[in-house]
Amino acid sequence: MARVVLENVSKHFGDVIAVNNANLVIEDQEFVVLVGPSGCGKSTLLRMVAGLEEPTSGNIYIGDRLVNDVPPKDRDIAMVFQNYALYPHMNVYDNMAFGLKLRRFAKDEIDRRVREAAAILGIENLLHRKPRQLSGGQRQRVAVGRAIVREPAAFLMDEPLSNLDAKLRVQMRAELSQLHDRLKTTTIYVTHDQVEAMTMGDRIVVLKDGVIQQVGAPLEIYENPENVFVGGFIGSPAMNFMNGVLKRDGDDYIVDLQAFRLKVPEEKVQKHPKIKEYVDKPVVFGIRPEDIADAQLLPEEERRQVVTAQVAVTEPMGSEVYVHFEAGEHRFIGRLDAATAARAGQSHPVVFDLAKMHLFDAATEKAIR
Amino acid sequence: MSARKVRWTRVWIYVVLVLAAVLYLLPLYMTVATSLKAPADIRLDTAWEFPRALHWDSYRTAWQQFSPQLRNSFVLAITATVLSTVMGSMNGYVFSKWRFRGSEIIFPLVLFGMFIPYQSILIPLFQFLRSTGLYGGLPGLILVHVVYGLPITTLIFRNFYAQIPDDLLESATLDGAGFFGIYGRIVLPLSVPGFVVTVIWQFTQIWNEFLWAVTLTRPAAQPITVALANLAGGQAVQWNLPMAGSILAAIPTVLIYIFLGRYFIRGLLAGSLKG
Repeated sequence: MARVVLENVSKHFGDVIAVNNANLVIEDQEFVVLVGPSGCGKSTLLRMVAGLEEPTSGNIYIGDRLVNDVPPKDRDIAMVFQNYALYPHMNVYDNMAFGLKLRRFAKDEIDRRVREAAAILGIENLLHRKPRQLSGGQRQRVAVGRAIVREPAAFLMDEPLSNLDAKLRVQMRAELSQLHDRLKTTTIYVTHDQVEAMTMGDRIVVLKDGVIQQVGAPLEIYENPENVFVGGFIGSPAMNFMNGVLKRDGDDYIVDLQAFRLKVPEEKVQKHPKIKEYVDKPVVFGIRPEDIADAQLLPEEERRQVVTAQVAVTEPMGSEVYVHFEAGEHRFIGRLDAATAARAGQSHPVVFDLAKMHLFDAATEKAIR
Repeated sequence: MSARKVRWTRVWIYVVLVLAAVLYLLPLYMTVATSLKAPADIRLDTAWEFPRALHWDSYRTAWQQFSPQLRNSFVLAITATVLSTVMGSMNGYVFSKWRFRGSEIIFPLVLFGMFIPYQSILIPLFQFLRSTGLYGGLPGLILVHVVYGLPITTLIFRNFYAQIPDDLLESATLDGAGFFGIYGRIVLPLSVPGFVVTVIWQFTQIWNEFLWAVTLTRPAAQPITVALANLAGGQAVQWNLPMAGSILAAIPTVLIYIFLGRYFIRGLLAGSLKG
């Protein structure tokens, strides 16, 4: 097991910069998720760690060994591919044993490791099947098994669940997390699915356009997004953003959103005094859907700064309702209690939980802190 | 009502198909019928009649007479097919999976060889074989067929290997396989349909080829196509002999197609690597 370090790593494909000056330390035994939209460079980053791509500049260390010039097979890593990449002409046993055979392991050692991995993954009864005789979930397990038997310093997983149907994905997500708890092997996991990132990662690395946007524990990123992109990418439905101007009214700081005005809580201003520098400047106001409540369902004393907005669409989810509101030029989604009386076409009062609001610089889109 | 309509369409389809089949099989019938007649019975006015008595002698004679040339043909076709197929497979592997600087220029140049007519390079080929001392024997003819076969075999294998997902090779790379390891352990075992297509194609082409065979070999090294033509070209021809010889000469390619044909179709349509 080992830690993985990326030092000023960049990758250019012609004029395209796939990864731009990435710096990242992945600790021993850590499960780190690289997440971002397609084309953000997350797979390229992973492939550079694997040695399948060569960095244009920068250094990569695995277990404190500089591996820039080490061929993939000697990097002591194992990779799980999106399409599983099982060898179609070999049965499950041979698929898992292949890497060990090439490394000239003793036959009984290979056998021990393959059977052990098969037992962990519950695929002992499939060892003599060919990949085409397996279901998607079984193939996925074999692909993971092939990585386990190598007992590598690190697992690299490239969107391993994205070919599975939704139900199986939830199940495999939990299984992979359990597996990591058990084996404690350093894992770098690439996905475009923020739910996978939130649920599986010890830490999340959010990427966009080849640049690392933010690194942190899932909740830390959820609660304190570094910029508009991270705020919008992590969380579903996405965070609502509204453009406005910060105003000062006596001692109070107000976000003027034209259609309505909201007072920034004093604690916020104290915690982030930089907010004071933005008076009369354009800002982006951010609020998560779950931090919007139906005013009619709140006790009297909590009905402060009520905003009345037009209801465009309601999406009942059973336990709650996603309500799409319109107010002036703004559109936002609230996750309201299922008891809400909000109906499409009518206006409805809501309250924003402003203790959970976010403010971003309108020009740089960075959080104002 | 519509059922009857359908049935009539069916009937028409079969009528047309049967007519077409008969038309295509007529020359074959003529060949078989003539080969089984006694030499004296072969006349123009009775050419289409079935032989009055089956006269198998012509096959024995043809076999005795043509066996050296048949052997030449086998040596030629098998050696040249194997060499051009194996080399085409390796070329295809490189062009599809190990692109190198300039490979997108070299590949079309290789393909260009497919469009060079046999006749146009006959004289330079002749001179080349003369100057290298390979003229007249089977090795020279084999060399020529191997080189001439490379464009098509390279193309077939390149397209075939393009379907092998890169993931698979990358996975093998991480597992510790190198250039030849991946070829031998992953690519080759998955290539069977590609090999079948190429083998059928090359074997048939080389077995049936006449022009180079007649130009570039001395009599001792002549393949069956040349021997048949020589026999049919004389003055008073005993037609039963060349006919029997033709059938003997056709058997290998027919057998290959019968036994490998279903793979041929499958290989041409190959989506066989899914999963």
